[in-house]
Amino acid sequence: MHISEGILSAPVLAAGAAAAAAGTLAGMKKLDSEHIARAGILASAFFVASLIHVPIGPSSVHLIMNGIIGLILGWAAFPVILVALLLQAVFFQFGGLTTLGVNTCVMAYPAVIAGALTRPFVLQTGFRAKAASFACGVLAIFLSAVLAGAALMATEKGFLNVTFMILAAHLPVMIIEGIITLFGVEFLKKVQPELIGSFKDQASANKGER
Amino acid sequence: MTEEVFADGDSPLHRTAPVIRAALAIIYCTVVALLNEFYAILAALAFSTLMAGAAKLGPGRVLRHLSWALGFLLFLWLVLPWSISGSPFFGIGRLTISAEGVALCGRITLKSISILLAMMSLLATMRVASLGQALGKLGLPPRLVQLLLLAYRYLFVLEQEYHRLYRAARIRNFSPRTNIHTYRTFAYLAAMLLVRAVHRAQRVHQAMVCRGFNGSFHSLQVYRPTVWNPVVAVVGGLICLTLAVLEMTI
Repeated sequence: MHISEGILSAPVLAAGAAAAAAGTLAGMKKLDSEHIARAGILASAFFVASLIHVPIGPSSVHLIMNGIIGLILGWAAFPVILVALLLQAVFFQFGGLTTLGVNTCVMAYPAVIAGALTRPFVLQTGFRAKAASFACGVLAIFLSAVLAGAALMATEKGFLNVTFMILAAHLPVMIIEGIITLFGVEFLKKVQPELIGSFKDQASANKGER
Repeated sequence: MTEEVFADGDSPLHRTAPVIRAALAIIYCTVVALLNEFYAILAALAFSTLMAGAAKLGPGRVLRHLSWALGFLLFLWLVLPWSISGSPFFGIGRLTISAEGVALCGRITLKSISILLAMMSLLATMRVASLGQALGKLGLPPRLVQLLLLAYRYLFVLEQEYHRLYRAARIRNFSPRTNIHTYRTFAYLAAMLLVRAVHRAQRVHQAMVCRGFNGSFHSLQVYRPTVWNPVVAVVGGLICLTLAVLEMTI
């Protein structure tokens, strides 16, 4: 879900860049030098995950996983997603330079919001945790589609149909991301349970030590 | 799939200092993104094509890269022309395609292509390691530069890691279909990738601390000052100025 270059108007691009800068600043506060390596390598993992295509009927969609990234990283998801998108722009010319701010907002705010809303329930057990993980994946994609639509609509009202089609096209993606997040979180909770919300916990733990 | 296909070239643009190219890319792309006049956009397309020529990118590779990025534009062409009201351009029954819609699509497409060509010729012609340092010199916070360079360094490692995991699944007769088993397998693969990323990060961090990492990475690629530095800076500046003047005066 990258909005490509040359579409959005100047005010939207500027607002996107400012909002992305604010989020990145908030995220960088969570990243002390202890965590830079972890965040950097998670950014490459996020990039690689977006190369994974899962089949849906005769077609396929690629994973996005901003829900899981939000669960693990909290606000630190912002710089991580920014860096991954910049790499995509340089490698594949997906997205772009001027739209980097808007695209970061489109992916990262939903990650932060979905992660924060569902994390307390995800950490519980049983049905509740499963429902929360599923909801996290769905919500992150839904919000991303809404934000992308909002950016287009703010540029030009004639983009209304495009916005509806983006939302419609993302319905199956939402379901798949929900399922992937559900199983992915289940796996993480078995294999590396301390990972979820790890940046938040460790940042506060470090504060306690000082 | 992830390769820096344009980075290994030899052209005036390849030899220009990364800082100049990065600054020029940011200014040029911003100017082009803000253009609205058709003739100014055509001029931008011409300038970008010249840049791609100057960088000796090779038409085949350029077209392939453009085609990856143009999916969204194709989608716009399918939807926009009949969803923007205006004077009819062409009509079939109740569906009318408006001249305004076609013009908007045309402008967007040409701007997109211009910016992509400029990014390929200015940014994709350097390694990300050089780009990170250039962005650092342009004022990007050092820790963000570190993040970018680390992400870039481990991109290829993790891609191989994923291929290894996927190969292991294939050997065990996994064939992707539209069913829950497939989705569960991919979810486990992706989650395992995250777990391995974190484990590797721990080792990397320890290794960095052991070697006295002080917060800056060094690039082995040395850019000697060349005559192209001032030339690219001045010509690039003039191009941006020309576009801005065209946009204002038409």
